Amino acid sequence: MAALTGLEPVTAPVRAPSRPRLWRGAVFLLAAAYFLIPLGASLWYTIYTPTAGVSFAAYGELLTAEGFGSSLLLSMSLAVATIVLALLLTLPAMLAVRLSAPRLRPVMEVVCTLPLVVPPITFVAGLTTSLRTGTDVLAPTPFWATLIAVQNPAFPVVLVLAYVVLVLPFVYRSLDAGLRTMDVRTLVEAARNLGASWPHVLFRVIIPNLRSALASASFLTLALVLGEFTVARLLGYQPFAVWIVTISGSKGQLSVAVSILSLLLIWLLLLAVSTAFSGKERK
Amino acid sequence: MTAQVEFRGLRRVFGKTVALDGFDLTIAPGEFVALLGPSGCGKTTALRCVAGFERPDSGAVLVDGEDITDVPANKRDAGMVFQSYSLFPNLNARDNVAFGLRVRKVPVATRRAKADELLELVGLPSHADRFPHQLSGGQQQRVALARALALEPRVLLLDEPLSALDAKVRVSLREEIRRLQLDLGITTIFVTHDQEEALSIADRVAVLRDGRLEQCGPPAEVYDRPATPFVAEFVGTMNHLAGHVSGDKVRVLGQLLPVDGEPAGTREVDVLIRPEAVRVTPDPEGKAEILAASFRGASVRLRVALSGGEVLADVPGHEALSLAPGTRVTVRLVERPVLVAERTVTVPSPASEPADAV
Repeated sequence: MAALTGLEPVTAPVRAPSRPRLWRGAVFLLAAAYFLIPLGASLWYTIYTPTAGVSFAAYGELLTAEGFGSSLLLSMSLAVATIVLALLLTLPAMLAVRLSAPRLRPVMEVVCTLPLVVPPITFVAGLTTSLRTGTDVLAPTPFWATLIAVQNPAFPVVLVLAYVVLVLPFVYRSLDAGLRTMDVRTLVEAARNLGASWPHVLFRVIIPNLRSALASASFLTLALVLGEFTVARLLGYQPFAVWIVTISGSKGQLSVAVSILSLLLIWLLLLAVSTAFSGKERK
Repeated sequence: MTAQVEFRGLRRVFGKTVALDGFDLTIAPGEFVALLGPSGCGKTTALRCVAGFERPDSGAVLVDGEDITDVPANKRDAGMVFQSYSLFPNLNARDNVAFGLRVRKVPVATRRAKADELLELVGLPSHADRFPHQLSGGQQQRVALARALALEPRVLLLDEPLSALDAKVRVSLREEIRRLQLDLGITTIFVTHDQEEALSIADRVAVLRDGRLEQCGPPAEVYDRPATPFVAEFVGTMNHLAGHVSGDKVRVLGQLLPVDGEPAGTREVDVLIRPEAVRVTPDPEGKAEILAASFRGASVRLRVALSGGEVLADVPGHEALSLAPGTRVTVRLVERPVLVAERTVTVPSPASEPADAV
């Protein structure tokens, strides 16, 4: 049900007769080819030119290009802020619904899955329109004043808010899967019965048992925010994904190099998060 | 460390269902009381009111005379063992037991020692480093029991702690719970729907029905002298035999037996007879015939066809061979005072067997 993130514990392969093993190998090779051949071809394209032979010049040019560091940093900080905000929003809400209003669960599920149905372009169009009319209607309210006060060209809070909405379905699904694996009510009641306050219950009972779900929620958010283009572009900001398109628009080799690099980068990041979480779990 | 618990006019309504409807009960310090009743009778709700997970709509829960109805769950002095496995999956057995002590910021060495001591008490001294998924169901409930006792609560609450376990473990663990409770002298409330469980370990059994107390008394009293027909039906199995009251005696199956307690208003009554109070002897001339026999080891339950009805009888296991289905028999009732209730059956007794008891 939840998206696979590579975080799920891998069960030890069961010994099987050799015929299924043969099949397994074939399927594995097929899948590997599906992923690796285009990737290899792209890599080859970026490092080999008939005139200059093999050279990594494209990558050198990329790393030194203007905006690489700043846009990457922006994307990363947006991702972190989105993860924190999304989790702060969903986890307490989901626990509250489970514990005291189980009948609202379907409602919550629908609300949280809604962003998946709305195309990003529609979402942005709505967002810009409401921001524009919002200025007139909401201007005197403290809410609007706060929103304006926290706006900062170097760190667009509005993007974080938009991303939180976009990642809601993924975060919800991951946490829901995690919460399904345990009897939340009984665990909470057991902890309360032993004298634990609500924060203690949350941090010492729920979160430790929800590690892999939290990790997969963080993952999906990270991957989505790093790759998000439409919203950022239309709102006029330049995180990593927008920068990639801008820089590589004119140069074919460079654009492919950028893709490979970002793939590698995200993969490394996910690997880092995954080892961090599973390391803690083993304890 | 032990306390008196008092339920005073407890009422709790969930939507349209009335879980508790004026429930009154006082439990003496150090007493082991079993709340017994069919599902939905309010027994678990009553327990959860003591633990603080449920707030009564009206009425109060008093511990040692002090009203705790508004005390939050984490400030109450009551250890609870749950029906479902409730150990924290991320902690090993020792840390689970020490959880409450950790919340109270007891030094590490002290709480480790206390946890080990309690694990020894519940018979799991060598399992301290195991995680819940490495323990069997019975072991998990033992650890949960140790965890509930770690804070030396004044009251121990057991919410059907044995219902998820298999039969053999269930029996041995319930005896162990009783032994521990007697050793510690802790006031204990034990919720169960299993009448055998309630009868075998409690000082007093409180039978609930629709959120009210039907009867509360020692197990033998509840079994032998049920206060209401409901208790008679729910605790153990009862035969309903048509009887005819004359004076303070009742004629049933051709025998004249004394009536126990208040005779019913009418002359035509149901006589309530336990299966073990029915004597069955093989007799080629007998009017009754055995329809079925289910062997239970120590005893055999027979379904006996009489003229116009059926009766259930429990006879010792070794008589099984002479009482095979199809055998002609004579049926007699043990000579002792019997309970009567208003007539609910018209024929001489198609025996009913509620909730497949025993």
